[in-house]
This record gives sequence, C-alpha cells and structure tokens, in this order.
Amino acid sequence: MFEAVAFYLFAFLTITMFYITVTTSQALYALSALAAGMIFISAFFFILGADFLGAVQIIVYTGAVMALYAFGMMFFDTTREVKENHGNKYIVVALGTLAAVLVVVIFAAPMVSTNMQAFYPMTEGAGNTEMVGMVLFTKYLVPFEVAAFMLLVAMIAGIVLAGKKMDLSLTIMNAEEIQASEDEKNKKVLS
Amino acid sequence: MMEIGLNHYLVLSTILFCIGLIGVMRRKNLLLLFFATEILLNAVNVGFAAISHYYGDLTGQMFAFFVIAIAASELAVGLGLLILWHKRHGTIDLDTMTSMRG
Amino acid sequence: MEKYLYIALFAPLVSSLFAALFTTTPKKQFVGIVASLLIFTAFVSSAILLTHILGTGEIVHVELMTWMATGNLYIPFGFVVDQVSVTMMMVVSLVSTIVHIYSIGYMDHDSGFNRFFSYLSAFVFSMMILVMSDNFAGLFIGWEGVGLCSWLLIGFWFHKESATWAANEAFIMNRIADLGMLIGIFLVYWNTGTLQYDGAFAAFANLDHATLTWIGIFLFIGAMGKSAQFPLHTWLADAMEGPTPVSALIHAATMVTAGVYLVVRSHELYALIPNVGLFIASLGAFVAIFAATMALVNRDIKRVIAYSTLSQLGYMFAAAGLGAYWVALFHLMAHAFFKALLFLGGGNVMHAMNNELDPFKMGALGKTMKGTMIMMTLASVALAGIFPLAGFFSKDLILEVAFVDHHFIIYTVLLLTAGLTAFYSFRIIALIFHGEDRHTALGFHPHEAYKFMLVAMSPLLILAIIAGFTMKMPYFEMVTELLPATEYHIHSHTTYWIMTIGTQVFVLLAIFFAYKKYMCSSVKVPDGTSKMEKNFFYKLLINQYYIPYFYEEYIVKAYKALSVVFWEQIDKKIIDASVDGIANIFYNTGKNTRHMQSGNLSTMLKWMVAGTVALLSLAVVFGLAARYSGEITIILSSLGV
Repeated sequence: MFEAVAFYLFAFLTITMFYITVTTSQALYALSALAAGMIFISAFFFILGADFLGAVQIIVYTGAVMALYAFGMMFFDTTREVKENHGNKYIVVALGTLAAVLVVVIFAAPMVSTNMQAFYPMTEGAGNTEMVGMVLFTKYLVPFEVAAFMLLVAMIAGIVLAGKKMDLSLTIMNAEEIQASEDEKNKKVLS
Repeated sequence: MMEIGLNHYLVLSTILFCIGLIGVMRRKNLLLLFFATEILLNAVNVGFAAISHYYGDLTGQMFAFFVIAIAASELAVGLGLLILWHKRHGTIDLDTMTSMRG
Repeated sequence: MEKYLYIALFAPLVSSLFAALFTTTPKKQFVGIVASLLIFTAFVSSAILLTHILGTGEIVHVELMTWMATGNLYIPFGFVVDQVSVTMMMVVSLVSTIVHIYSIGYMDHDSGFNRFFSYLSAFVFSMMILVMSDNFAGLFIGWEGVGLCSWLLIGFWFHKESATWAANEAFIMNRIADLGMLIGIFLVYWNTGTLQYDGAFAAFANLDHATLTWIGIFLFIGAMGKSAQFPLHTWLADAMEGPTPVSALIHAATMVTAGVYLVVRSHELYALIPNVGLFIASLGAFVAIFAATMALVNRDIKRVIAYSTLSQLGYMFAAAGLGAYWVALFHLMAHAFFKALLFLGGGNVMHAMNNELDPFKMGALGKTMKGTMIMMTLASVALAGIFPLAGFFSKDLILEVAFVDHHFIIYTVLLLTAGLTAFYSFRIIALIFHGEDRHTALGFHPHEAYKFMLVAMSPLLILAIIAGFTMKMPYFEMVTELLPATEYHIHSHTTYWIMTIGTQVFVLLAIFFAYKKYMCSSVKVPDGTSKMEKNFFYKLLINQYYIPYFYEEYIVKAYKALSVVFWEQIDKKIIDASVDGIANIFYNTGKNTRHMQSGNLSTMLKWMVAGTVALLSLAVVFGLAARYSGEITIILSSLGV
C-alpha cells in the first residue's frame, strides 16, 4: 500500500517536473525542474531497494551535474526568455511516443516470453551497497576501470575546452597564435 | 492496481523517455537540449533499476551506474564544447548551426 | 610446305595492315606496290603448294592453334590445302594480284587510294581463310569476313547514297542467308559432334535421310546468299556501285563463287541427298536463264556483266547439283579468268568515258582503245564458249553433264542460255567498240588506260584463251583425287559431234545476230519512244522482272511499318518508359529528399529519431516474425502459399 502510494506520487512528480523541463521557456525554471526531477527519480531507486544507486543519483546528478549546468548557464545569458520557433508539434510528439513504446516492447519482449535467469543474484543477508560492491569489483571490474578512465578523459577535455584563459582557447587558435602566447608566457617568467 | 509490478515501472520509464525525446526534438537551445538528454538517460535508469529489482539480478543496477558515468562525461565534454561555441558565435541556438549543410 | 601455307594465308593480312597504317594520309604510290607485292607473294606460295600437290599428291594439313576447346566442342584454327582448296587459292591469289596491280592505275586519282588497298587485301585474307579452313567454323569466319569486306568495298564511295544503299542491301541479303548457313552448321555439330570436314563427312553416312536433307538445305541457303541465287540475287547487280576492280575480284571471280565452293566442299553430303542436288541444279538452270534474260536489255555495261556472272553461277550450281563437282570447280576457275578480264576491260571503258556506263552512248571506241577491245572481245568469246577458248571446255562440259544424266529440261535451258549469253556479250561489245561514233557528240574524249594496267590484265587474257585445252586434263587428274571422278562422255560419237557443233553454230549465230543488230548505223541512244521499249517483255526485263519493286513494296515497306509500330508502341512506350521511369524515380527521390539535408541540427535530430523509430519497428517486426515463425508458416500454408 505504502509502495503504491509512493510510486504514484513520485511518478506524478517526476513526470510533471520533466514536462516542465522540456516545455518551459525559462532556462532557470528548466534547470530547477530538472534538478527536482532527478531527486524524485532517486526515490524510485530507494523504493526498488537500490539504495546505493539512489545515493549516487542524488550526489552525481543533483550535486555535480546540476552544479555544472548552473555554472555553465552563467556563461550564457539565459535569464531572458528563450525564443524557440517550433515545427509541427504533432510529429514530434508522435515520433517520441512511438520510439518509447517500441523500446519498451523490445526490452520487455524477452522477459515476457522467456524465463530469465539471474546472472548475479542478490546475496542473501547482505546490504545493497555490499552487493553492489561485490559485483562491481569482481564481474564488472574492467568496465568499471574503463568508466573511470573515461571520466578522467572527460574531465581533461572539459578543462581544456572551458578552462582558464577563456578568452583565448587553445582549440580554436592556430599554431602561430599558440606559439605567440607561449613566447609571451616565457618572457614573463624570464623577466 | 495497488500491487506495483515491473510493468508499472516500464510504463513510467516509457513516459519519461517519451518526454525526453520530445524535448530533444523540440528544443532549439543547446543547453536545454542537454537537459532533455539527461531525461532520456534517467528514464532508462529507472527501467534498469526496476528490472534489476524484479529479477533479483544486479546487472541492471550496474548498467545504471555506467549510464550515470557516461552522463557525467557527456556533460563535461558537451558543456565544454558549448562554451567554446558560445565564445566563437555568441549564441547557442541550434538553428545557427548550419555549417553541415550540403 | 607449312611455311608456304602460312605465307599464302598471312601475306594478305600483312598487306592489309600495312595499307591500313596509311588510310588517313594522302595517296601513296608505294602502298599499292607493296600490297601488290605481298599478294603476289601469296600467289607464289600458292603456286608452290600447287606444284607440291601435283607432284606428290599429299595434302598439307596444319593446325595453327586451338581456338575453342570446351567440353565436347573442339574447334582449332586448322587449315588444309588439298586439291580443291589449292584450286581456289590459285584463282583467288592470281586474280587478286592482277586486280591489285590494275587498281594502282584505276584508283590513281582517288583520295581513298590507301584505304582501298587495305580493304582489298583484307578481302583476300578472308577469302583465303574461307577456302583453306578445315572446319565449318573457320569457313564461317572467312564467309563473314568476305561479307564484311564486300560491304566495305561496295560502299567504298560512301558519299554516294546509291553506293551505301547497295552496300547495305548486299550485307543484309547476305545476313539473311547466313542465318540459314549458321543453322546448317549448328545442325552439323548437333548431329555429328564435330565441325571438322573429315569428321563430319564421315559421320554423315550414319545419319538419317531427313536430317541430311535439312543440313543440305540450310547450308545451301547460305550458298544462295553468297552466290546471289534466286531469290536473293538482287544485291549482286546493285553491288556494281563499287569500284570496278572490286566488281572484278569480289563480285565476279572469287566471293560469289564461295557458294559453289561450299557445295563442292560438301560434296560428300550432297552425294547422299540427290533430291537436294537436283533442286540445286534446277535452281541453277533457272537462275542461268533468268539472269541472262535480264542482261539482254540492260543499259549498264557493269550490270550486264554482273547478270552474266549470275548466269554463269547458275551454270556452276547446275553442274554441282548434278554431281559433277569437278566440272563446277573447273567452270568456276575458267569463269574467274574471263569474267575478271571482262570486268577490268569494262573498267577501262568506264574510265575512258568518265564513268559513263550506258553502252548506247559509246560506239566506235575500238579506234582509241584497241587493247581493251581485243581483250574484252576475247573474254566475251571465252564467255560465249567458242572453241578453243576456256569457256568452250568448261561450259560445254556442263551441257554434256546435263545431257548424259538425262536431265533434258536442264540441258535445254542451259543451251538456250548459252545462246543468250553470246548475244548479250556481243551486244555490249558491238555497242561499245563498233558501229557509229556516238560519244563525241556527247562530249566524251576517251583515251586508252595505262599500259601497265593492260599488261597486268594480260595473264588473265592468256589464261582465258588457254585454260581450257591445256589445263582440263591435268586438272581433272588432280582434283578427282578428292572429288568423284565421273567422266561425262556421250556414248555415241555422232550425237557428241552433232551436239558440239550444233552448240557452236547456235552460239555463233547469236553472236552474228548481235553484231548485225547493234553495229548498224541506225542504233541511237534509246529515249523510251521506240517500239521495242514499249514492249511488255522489254519492260519486264529492264525492271528485273519487277522483283526489286516487289521486295520494296511488300517486304521492305511492310517491315518498315512493323518497325515503326514496334518503335512507337513497344520501344517508346514500354522500354523507354520503364528506363526513364526508373531514372525518374531516383531523380525525384533525390529531389524531394534533398530538403532533409538542410544542415539544421534540429531537423537532423528529428530525422534521426524518425530513423530510429523505423529501425526499431523493423526490429519488432522481425522479432515477432522469429518468435511466431511456426504460426506464420501454418497460416501461410493454409492459404496455399
């Protein structure tokens, strides 16, 4: 009973928040609604017993991602109303719905039709975090490391692209300009 | 109705995915387009977590983790490029990005 | 001996290729000389081969290389020089040597001088392949090769519409006949499994009569086309549009006799089917008199000689059809000499008269062109068959064959034709060289041809005179090693003498009549008013029995109408439309989908989603199909698929 009430409540809230995110013309509203939606999503994870995932969801999305977006928005003048001219709305809605339904059908089909065996069943008597740790550091070690490396690469990329010297980005300068700025830097150090 | 099963979660996931796709298609502001992609990824995460729970298998949760990691990297790189684009062109409107025109 | 065989075969090819190098350059005298020398080399090689065969009697048979070897089919480039083919080689190489030399003078002022020699030598090469091949496939290559060269040479003056028309007519007529020939060759292969002459002829003995008859008929259809037998004869007279040396070489001495050669070569086949042989003989006799009648009234010297050729071909077929293959071949040889001579003489006259061909506009040319007159007269005497010239021996022999075999109708027809031949030959001789001078009034100033042209013609003259009484017996002995050695003797001496002298007198009377009629001073250029020209028979003959008219009206026009229907209904509306339709589909698809590539990222995202949806639907459809494949099969089978 409690589960059902919680599910419907959070489902309603999530859908509303995300709906606001994609429809509002105010960037700040969209950002706030997205952050709220993320938190509500984590509620599902808690209901489903994936406590660790829920925690990660809150930390990563609401903490890191939203903060990043907030910083990013500071570069752009997004306080004013976003002007967007839209095409045919019906096509957009129809395509979106159709794609979603098809994805669900494909994902659901094998489960409905065949009896699926659990690859890594839950260990009895262990907490969710423990189980996640056990699986993640045994079976999924390599993907985990790859993901870690990918995050590192992404971090470096983010720093290079949007890092300091934002007025002269290395990526959009040609070779001579980079050389000139290097020389200037060296001159400073020498003097 | 009161018993919440896997299908409930899948329907929810579908609705969220649908909203995300609509957002991807109708948004012209790049930043808001990124928001929509986050919604897409989250919708999938809900589905993964639900399947993981109902089948007693942790694989779903593992994939949800990786999806989050990918979302984070995508955000870092994407935002960096976005800033770069904004520096060069002073706008992040999708309609101005027509250099791919054949 | 193989060496000489290859020289005889490939010297003309070398000559042709050599001359071909200069086709785009202005006239070069040495091209003609080199070509003539190379052809002469081929002639010398042929002569050496002839002496070899005469001396030893052994057949030279070589295999140059394998041409086709697939499964049971084995066709080599094999060549054989035996008594029959060496005769043909001698005729071909001798006449072509003379024609080459003659052409140096005849084509003197022509801009296509070098090209002409290239074509002419290519013709000799094709003809050599035709006569020397040891299988039907090689024969067919040569057959088509001479057809091609004939087309090139008839249409040599391609800027003249009549020449291109005649060339096309000859080519198309020959294609029709070649289809028959090809079917014949297929039948041979189908039934015997080989195309080699010896293998195929050996296998013929075991075949049933009906099959052999069909093979014989189809091969003879090919021969009919090449040798211009009725009803495919119209092209030969029109082929006179080509240069005169071409008419002499191709349309008198060599190519048109290829049909006779084919029948002689296949004598083992035709010996098995005497009914077809009788048909060939009857057709030959018919063509002989048919062509001779057309020659009676024609007012174009080249056409008269062409009809005469046709008539003589009829003689050859009559002999071959009656089984006297060696007689046919002998007449072929003798005819080649005097007919080529006649044509070359005609060429001289034509040159002298600035390409005027109407003998009624000439007259008394004998004063200025003595050499030509003597040659043409002697050639006509040989053609008419007066003792002791070549024609007497060969043609009278054919008459004897018909008589001895008790085919009296054929005999009578041929005898009548002999008289007609004498008449029309001397009609043009009288009109050209004797009688009143009519050409000066028309502004012609004739002159004799170059000396060397006359000298070049002289071997033909000598052969036309002596070929009969010197060569008949040695030739008979040689060639009958291969062909059936039937001697045709009339048992009663009285009958023989009555016949021979009777024929001679008949022919002489015809000659006398021709001279009397056409040498008198009252001969005028016909203008369509005289009583004779209003005569029904005259009209019939001058219009070639209305056969070209008939072909034009009932075959060409009908075919054209049919072609127009096919073009407009099928080609345009179905084939063109479907091809254009496919192109239009792509064009319009591109045109309409071009707007997708607007370069707008938002639009692209929409299309991306649309593509994803399409792929996902496919995945669902195939997934369901795989899941329920059993049920689908049952449903489909219940529907009867």
